[in-house]
Amino acid sequence: MSIDVRKLTHIYMPNTPFESVAIKDIDWTINDGEFWGLIGHTGSGKSTLIQHLNGLLKPTSGEIIIDGKNIHGKDVSLKSIRQKVGLVFQYPEHQLFEETVAQDVAFGPKNMGLAEEEVSKRVKEALELVGLSYEEVKDKSPFELSGGQMRRVAIAGVLAMKPEVLVLDEPTAGLDPRGRDEILQEIVDLKQKQNLTVILVSHSMEDIAKIVDKLAVMYKGRMVCQGNPREIFQDYESLVEMGLGIPQVTELMIKLKGRGKDVSSDILTVEEAREEILKKIRGKGLA
Amino acid sequence: MKITAEITAKNVYYQYSADSSLALNNINLTIKPGEFVAIIGPNGSGKSTLAKLFNGIFVPTKGDVFVDGLNTKDKDKIWEIRRKAGMVFQNPDNQIVATVVEEDVAFGPENLGIAPEEIRRRIDEALRTVELTEFANKAPHLLSGGQKQRVAIAGILAMKPDCIILDEPTAMLDPVGRKEVISTVTKLNRQEGKTVILITHFMQEAVCADRVLVMEKGRIVMEGKPNEIFSQVEKLKQYGLDVPQVTELAYLLAKDNVPLPRDILTVEEMVDCLCQLM
Repeated sequence: MSIDVRKLTHIYMPNTPFESVAIKDIDWTINDGEFWGLIGHTGSGKSTLIQHLNGLLKPTSGEIIIDGKNIHGKDVSLKSIRQKVGLVFQYPEHQLFEETVAQDVAFGPKNMGLAEEEVSKRVKEALELVGLSYEEVKDKSPFELSGGQMRRVAIAGVLAMKPEVLVLDEPTAGLDPRGRDEILQEIVDLKQKQNLTVILVSHSMEDIAKIVDKLAVMYKGRMVCQGNPREIFQDYESLVEMGLGIPQVTELMIKLKGRGKDVSSDILTVEEAREEILKKIRGKGLA
Repeated sequence: MKITAEITAKNVYYQYSADSSLALNNINLTIKPGEFVAIIGPNGSGKSTLAKLFNGIFVPTKGDVFVDGLNTKDKDKIWEIRRKAGMVFQNPDNQIVATVVEEDVAFGPENLGIAPEEIRRRIDEALRTVELTEFANKAPHLLSGGQKQRVAIAGILAMKPDCIILDEPTAMLDPVGRKEVISTVTKLNRQEGKTVILITHFMQEAVCADRVLVMEKGRIVMEGKPNEIFSQVEKLKQYGLDVPQVTELAYLLAKDNVPLPRDILTVEEMVDCLCQLM
């Protein structure tokens, strides 16, 4: 399933004194199976953009084309779009509300009108997918779980609708390093197992660098660049101007290069930096 | 202004309920006036619980906590303790009470019964310190997360505390907001001489502290200067914690016999060291 965003503009409270242009003229194509990172300073329009991908917001102008059809066209049911494009908001655990974990995860598939058997099958699958044991958690209140577990339950609630595209808005915010690494790994595994298309909104350039294949950068409501994260991170100065950073090791290599050292700055992880530096130092007979 | 408040924990144990495990297990600790202490540790290690003992939100199940010599168990002294040790929490939206920034900052001193002229002076000074003077008459909900946290800090400052305790103040902020808050906190410590206790998941932030405490399962398991702590990469990883990427890189390269110090904490230090080798 592919999503085509064409000339998308969204204006909040148009024709009032409070009118504000949240996003302007966005063109973005998300192909089947891609893993995108979406970055941008707070207020750059990321959230407004992703809420268009499943029709929660209606464009002021422009179109969202999913599988060749405009999602606001007459022959498209938004309900089916919302099932296909699963949105996991920031701090999704704040949206848990049922008495038991199983009931909470069942909410989405139930509303899709699925048979009870199918619903419970999906609940079980979804919980296992996010690394929770169905038997252990199904009858617990979601509110007695840890923060990381609650977040997993919330993600399971979206997975139970079997989306083809999963959009996650800062899924690791507020978690400790271990919880963060676990959730990221689960997203990577999920993507592979379920053959999902994933869009990850994040402030952590280290996380983004580790897992995404493609990167889109928002600034003041516009999509200012998209492409390979390696290339985008080379323009350190522009990113800093936009209130963003790059991974520490990428910054290190760019600065070494700036000091006249013959190193590649096309580096995204600690391991890549280690190899590159060893190669240069060993070349000089040191170490 | 002389800061005197020393915070001491003596044989402190804390249990949330009689049948739960120990959230804090025999904590002994002294935080000196004017010190900047960072507390790191995985979720559930007891960091926030400990912070809440420092200004009497919780009192120890066993043992004692003293703030400037006052025992937090002494109910008559609780307001004095909270005035000496103010607390900033994680979620900026949960700590703002007024509809105008300066009224929010005034909330604390008003409750202390301070005279209006003095309150005015304190608001202006506090907003100047957090660099939000031009926002004094704005509505807080229009501010960014980092700005809201600085309003929360100003509200604490207006009560003239000796010590500020911040419980993951940047967890919900973006990188710009995080930097704003950390530079404000550092300034309070370095320029105003306030004692700072900063709880954080971001190791980069702990690097600014004088001393780092690592907590695990209710105990303090490591303690030292940032470079002493972060050079122990493997131990920290065992506790489920991170080190800054350049520190990890220096550690790995040193293992490959590259002559690098193991206590590198910043990109700049690493650039300098590597330039000498390449």
